[in-house]
Amino acid sequence: MTRNLPSRIAFYALVAVIVLFAVFPFYYAIVTSFSTGTALFQVNYWPKVFDLANYKAVLGSRNFSRSILNSVFIAGCTVGFALFLAVTASYALARVRFRGRGLLLMTILAVSMFPQIAVLAGLFELVRFLGIFNTPWAMILSYTIFTLPFTVWVLTTFMQDLPVEIEEAAIVDGASPWVIITRVFLPLLWPALVTTGLLAFIGAWNEFLFALTFTSSESMRTVPVAIALLSGASQQEIPWGPILAASVIVTVPLIVLVLIFQRKIVAGLTAGGVKG
Amino acid sequence: MTDLTLGRAAGPSLKQRRQRAAFWFLAPMLIALFCVAAWPLLRTIWFSMTDASLSGLYDAEWTGFDNYLSVRTLSSGRVVYRGTLVDPDWWNAVWNTVRFALISVGFETAFGLVVALVMNAEFKGRGLVRAAILIPWAIPTIVSAKMWGWMLNDQFGIINDILMGIGLIDQKIAWTASVDTAMTAVLIVDIWKTTPFMALLILAGLQMVPRDIYEAARLDGVHPVKVFFRITLPLIKPALMVAVIFRMLDALRIFDLVYVLTPNSAATKTMSVISRENMIDFDKFAYGAAQSTLLFAIIAVFVSLYIWLGRVDLSGESQR
Amino acid sequence: MAKIELKNVTKSYGAVEVIKGIDLEIRKGEFMVFVGPSGCGKSTLLRLIAGLEEITSGDLLFDDQKVNHLVPSDRGIAMVFQSYALYPHMKVYDNMAFGMKLARADKAETDRRVREAARLLQIEHLLDRLPKQLSGGQRQRVAIGRAIVRDPRVFLFDEPLSNLDAALRVQTRLEIAKLHHAMDDTTMIYVTHDQVEAMTLADRIAVLRDGKLEQVGTPAELYENPKSIFVAGFIGSPKMNFLTGSFADARGCATLGARPEHIELAPDGSGEWQGEVVHAEDLGSDNYLFVEIGADEPVVVRQPGKLAIPYGSRVSLQPQAQHLHRFGVDGQPLR
Repeated sequence: MTRNLPSRIAFYALVAVIVLFAVFPFYYAIVTSFSTGTALFQVNYWPKVFDLANYKAVLGSRNFSRSILNSVFIAGCTVGFALFLAVTASYALARVRFRGRGLLLMTILAVSMFPQIAVLAGLFELVRFLGIFNTPWAMILSYTIFTLPFTVWVLTTFMQDLPVEIEEAAIVDGASPWVIITRVFLPLLWPALVTTGLLAFIGAWNEFLFALTFTSSESMRTVPVAIALLSGASQQEIPWGPILAASVIVTVPLIVLVLIFQRKIVAGLTAGGVKG
Repeated sequence: MTDLTLGRAAGPSLKQRRQRAAFWFLAPMLIALFCVAAWPLLRTIWFSMTDASLSGLYDAEWTGFDNYLSVRTLSSGRVVYRGTLVDPDWWNAVWNTVRFALISVGFETAFGLVVALVMNAEFKGRGLVRAAILIPWAIPTIVSAKMWGWMLNDQFGIINDILMGIGLIDQKIAWTASVDTAMTAVLIVDIWKTTPFMALLILAGLQMVPRDIYEAARLDGVHPVKVFFRITLPLIKPALMVAVIFRMLDALRIFDLVYVLTPNSAATKTMSVISRENMIDFDKFAYGAAQSTLLFAIIAVFVSLYIWLGRVDLSGESQR
Repeated sequence: MAKIELKNVTKSYGAVEVIKGIDLEIRKGEFMVFVGPSGCGKSTLLRLIAGLEEITSGDLLFDDQKVNHLVPSDRGIAMVFQSYALYPHMKVYDNMAFGMKLARADKAETDRRVREAARLLQIEHLLDRLPKQLSGGQRQRVAIGRAIVRDPRVFLFDEPLSNLDAALRVQTRLEIAKLHHAMDDTTMIYVTHDQVEAMTLADRIAVLRDGKLEQVGTPAELYENPKSIFVAGFIGSPKMNFLTGSFADARGCATLGARPEHIELAPDGSGEWQGEVVHAEDLGSDNYLFVEIGADEPVVVRQPGKLAIPYGSRVSLQPQAQHLHRFGVDGQPLR
């Protein structure tokens, strides 16, 4: 920054605007979530009241706690399943030369970019056929369509960056591909696994279309569906207080995780993006 | 040990063993992807050519392309066209989706570039900016829809309050409910939420540009604006093209934000929304399947064109 | 322990042939160095012997047994890589024991071998450390130790010193030479682009160029009787001087080769070649004089000791006739 003062001021003003725009909506949601009654319906730029009633209302309702559990279970299972399949698959894609590898990678990328509505009808039939409609398994099954290609793709780029000579040393030592994965690469890859898993978890946690379509009872809803369909005492009244409180509850853990892992997340996002 | 192995007949070579292992490593993933992607897609296309309904998935009858377009000549001699392709609601949704995708991706690219350029500069508090930038990205779409829904609320919303405070508007606007502003509302939220993603991808591209290029340009006294258009932009074009197509594909399939922020507004209803509405809510399962098949086809054509015209290297092989 | 034979070995990647038919016999217990410029195929050749790459055609024999299709771990080889390739998450001990663990070897035997190798390389005190806690030289020793533990028939080195700094390189070179003496029945194959390493370590050197063997022989043979201009130019430092035109015509050849150490300063213009000193390099022990004698390039003359010859002074040079190399138009030596 060797430029003159006015341009420096302009630069920092731009920075301030960016930060303000990024942070303000969530800040305002937090401020509102602590207001009830008439305070809710006055525009407050600064927190004036600190009332936990909305939080008590949301957490007190059995269905919302149930939704959180559902979401944790579904996202956890989806990510575990995807990582399990992706580790071996990405090794094959990153490390073994075979014909059709490029085409396969492109196909996997294409699947992750799929319009999910295009498989909705077919998945609906499959979910009905398997008898898992309105159970968490319907979501775990359907979320695989985006978590699996994503994890495969990102792990492949991470795996390609591991040094070739370490693998060759292991081959000379007599390690089979399975041993190379489990005893040499996995211990080196765990940071990548955490990143990929976290990104996939966020994706599964936020999903809405499948969760909306494949659940019918309130107790089976995931968090996004629960928030979207949260209704008040009467049809006309939108319970903004509880909605925003619920929003804050499910977002704060995500933001904390993202901030803790921000460097790794940026690396993971760009590995899935720029390199492919 | 070695004598034993030498006496053995030559087994599969290292390459063969590795390729065989690769096959078994890939098989479970491929099977899983087939079950959740390929098979449902094929079934959707099949359903789109039947008269299946939600309750009667299995007593569907083959109707060919009737869901897309059917032509019947009445006894009176009048020709009647039916099907999605002559459905004004569908074309409204197509127009909404395309408009939404083009405008949102356009703004996101422009804003993303600005944010990325800012973050590429070295200044105090860069880490803070990156952390702040990640927040909109991390917030679930549904939550951001609700948050903004509250801020854009016609009576109690802070946006109207601010705009009236600075005198830009003289009466409160029903952002999400009014036909004129619903699309703007959706665009604002989407741009807010996805610009960070765009910025991070562009930033990664920027960071691949060697710093000494800038230094050389500065020593030559090239104007910064010229440096940007002549040096930076061409160099990050590959990263930019990839980022744009990723966002474009995402924008074309948008569902959740529209569904939650502006429910049942004809001004914002997108292809995904109308397909699901027909499929699930209106019990026109096959009709909705036809619409979602069309969406799939449109996206497929768009991607092929983009890759073909832009020579986008999605696999990133040339960068290695 | 093993004799290695290559019979018309070739390697192609698609349409590109990188190894173009190599016949070579490496004797039991021999220290063989593959040397050549980058891209000559020396590393590929080593990887073919290791089994990391598949031979396209031809035969590879260990002790008269064809091993073309054996996987690396069944060939009884051990390899030391350029980047050391230690497993970053394993302690030194586990790095060295990994191969034997995979082979389900007896625990006590594994332990004995690891400790013996560690003692040989004086790295016993490092066994509990992780690779990242070691210096470059220590890592290279661990890599060598890992290879020793495998008790290989053939020891393969792929440019093991090129990641080390100059001082450490000389020291480790000495270690490897000692190792060869300590394990004198183990065949060793060593790849390098550095002809000094080749000359100092090798029993025999194989010079490669464009995927073909240019010449195989002891360091002395290559130095004294290079079979081509390429070998003559590659072996020896500073490089051999090549003279064409009238200088070569005078000796009845197309190219005349004279090593810098085989050209003497003659007093008072009595030498065969006259010229002007255009540059001088003082290495302390030696002086390299660059003399412009009207050839394509200045002739380099190596003179021991300190010789204060100012730039621009005229000198007279006399090549030692018995050490001159005469080459024909095809680059082959003339007898």
